[in-house]
Amino acid sequence: MSTSGYEMRQVLTEDGSVVEGATVPELDDETLVEMYRTMRLARHFDSRAVSLQRQGRMGTYPPLSGQEGAQVGSAMALETDDWLVPSYREHAASYIRGVKLSQTLQYWMGDERGNSVPGANIFPVAVPIATQVLHATGAAWASKLSGGENAFLCHFGDGATSEGDFHEGLNFAGVFDVPAVFFCNNNQWAISVPRERQTASKTLAQKANAYGFEGVLVDGMDPLAVYQVTDEALEKAKDPEAVGDDGPGRATRPTLIEAVQYRFGAHTTADDPSVYREKDEVERWKRKDPIPRLETFLRDRGILDSEAIGSIETAIEDEVATAIETVESIERPMPAEMFDAVYAERTKRLDEQATYLEQLRERYGDDELLE
Amino acid sequence: MSTQQAKTQNLTLVQAVRDGLKCEMERDDDVIVLGEDVGKNGGVFRATEGLYDEFGEDRVIDTPLAESGIVGTSIGMAAYGLRPVPEIQFSGFMYPAFDQIVSHAARLRSRSRGRFTCPMVVRAPYGGGIRAPEHHAESKEAIYVHEAGLKVVIPSTPYDTKGLLAASIRDPDPVIFLEPKLIYRAFRDEVPEESYTVELGEAATRREGDDISIFTWGAMTRPTLEAAESVAEDGIDCEVIDMRTLSPMDTDAIIDSFKKTGRAVIVHEAPKTGGLAGEITATIQENALYYQEAPINRVTGFDVPYPLYALEDYYLPENTRIEDAIRETYEA
Repeated sequence: MSTSGYEMRQVLTEDGSVVEGATVPELDDETLVEMYRTMRLARHFDSRAVSLQRQGRMGTYPPLSGQEGAQVGSAMALETDDWLVPSYREHAASYIRGVKLSQTLQYWMGDERGNSVPGANIFPVAVPIATQVLHATGAAWASKLSGGENAFLCHFGDGATSEGDFHEGLNFAGVFDVPAVFFCNNNQWAISVPRERQTASKTLAQKANAYGFEGVLVDGMDPLAVYQVTDEALEKAKDPEAVGDDGPGRATRPTLIEAVQYRFGAHTTADDPSVYREKDEVERWKRKDPIPRLETFLRDRGILDSEAIGSIETAIEDEVATAIETVESIERPMPAEMFDAVYAERTKRLDEQATYLEQLRERYGDDELLE
Repeated sequence: MSTQQAKTQNLTLVQAVRDGLKCEMERDDDVIVLGEDVGKNGGVFRATEGLYDEFGEDRVIDTPLAESGIVGTSIGMAAYGLRPVPEIQFSGFMYPAFDQIVSHAARLRSRSRGRFTCPMVVRAPYGGGIRAPEHHAESKEAIYVHEAGLKVVIPSTPYDTKGLLAASIRDPDPVIFLEPKLIYRAFRDEVPEESYTVELGEAATRREGDDISIFTWGAMTRPTLEAAESVAEDGIDCEVIDMRTLSPMDTDAIIDSFKKTGRAVIVHEAPKTGGLAGEITATIQENALYYQEAPINRVTGFDVPYPLYALEDYYLPENTRIEDAIRETYEA
């Protein structure tokens, strides 16, 4: 496939066979199975999370169904010292970086502690659109300045490419040649606004041209192709000797990847996509579902059989059920916590306000106070 | 409004937004609506529902996802003669447009000495209490009140919403129109079908009383009125004033009421420090100090980033906290 001079990178066809002439990334069987397992886990987690919201056990939640291939394929390409800078839909990519499923649930259940993951190389969820792109550039820049040899993978959506922060983040990345990979999950819809309305450009990948570095177009529902292009981009980011003579500018390290994909469900549980898009369109994209594609590939290679898949299914159901039990057994945060992390040290005013709230709680009790 | 019995409809606050936009668009072809998801989708809160079908894609415009783009191009449109009503989906996402609002919208008239003006209304839902995700619950009206050149409006009833929105759209200067999404669908009002305005800059007395003046606005008006009714059982007679327009502020309403009662409580969900309760208190001090009989009490959000929803009920002022402050002020 070719779009405006950009080849759409693919390893797997829609039916899961290997594209003619494509190189399959060199991953051992165990890693391939883990890729499959994580995608299945993410899909199951997603449907359970949506149910929790429907049952009133969780607040608004942004589903990822359909986008597992892009999230898992890209995050699995990260090495231990690399970093992920996510938006708010990267539950699967975050899991790979070490965020427990229970923590993701905790955050969407309105508990700030879910956003605190000590030790994992991942930035907090970023809800305002495209703002994290600059943080990824800044962190990658800081690493380069301090002699680091790691890379930074930043996720954002197609809508984000319309924001000023996207432009500024990629422009700085080019000027200072930082080790960052900008990974655009082009899922075709920014809530109700289609990708065509975000930009007159034929592709999002081509925007990299203007920033002086390489853009890559990949089938975002092909986890092997996503892994491959991300792996290449991360390698390039870390290689100070990389020569970009044939690139569109002088920056050698950064890359913009446009991963073409589709969100099967709503933008969030507060959204109703039937208002703005046709069922046929959804059905068309479902034929590209990354999970059966990888499953077919693994079955064809004899890496997975029905029995193995059955045990994976049981295991992921247990894992998600345990995560839900875990999060629902955590005590709700104490009100005093909201005053604690505002500054390194609580100010006098915050002390006074925390004391005032505790006095009110003592005087009236929580039931009356919050009624 | 005419003295004849006007036809009315029973509308929620968000329906009154929609009705207000519709009436102004019918009245003036220069009025256009633009923003994220305002067209085909009818707005994430359905505030623009049906307008796309009625007025077409040139007047109800789905834009790229770019708040600075939405507001900045609206400024250009306004300067060139249109009356744009950009929507920012949540007030927590205004900040990319902040530069355009403060550096240009607020000052365009002043710095061109009136050659260019900016008759634009930036609509945005604001405020907490709906178990929303991060950045979807803040109440930052004080930031805009601080900017000379902007008007700031917060309605608290469906009737006022339609009338204030119409007045804002017809106003020659830029208006930040903040909608209390907590009460978007909380109750209904009889709202005239025809177009009408509610004057900007005029507060509304929601309850008359002699003992304490309570100043509030937006979603805090209801719990404040409930608290006032509750303390009335103990013989404390509160006057509740809904400010409605925060800039320009109806200082006469503040001073007149305070001169009558000599006691004041101010209720807002925004953080305390730098919040408008401080401004109202200073207005009282400057104009009615010698009438004061008790310390002025502020019931506000805390000086913390708006907490995720597990703790938001502790953050938001509610009846008990408001009542507590009223009694304290009464007994002082």
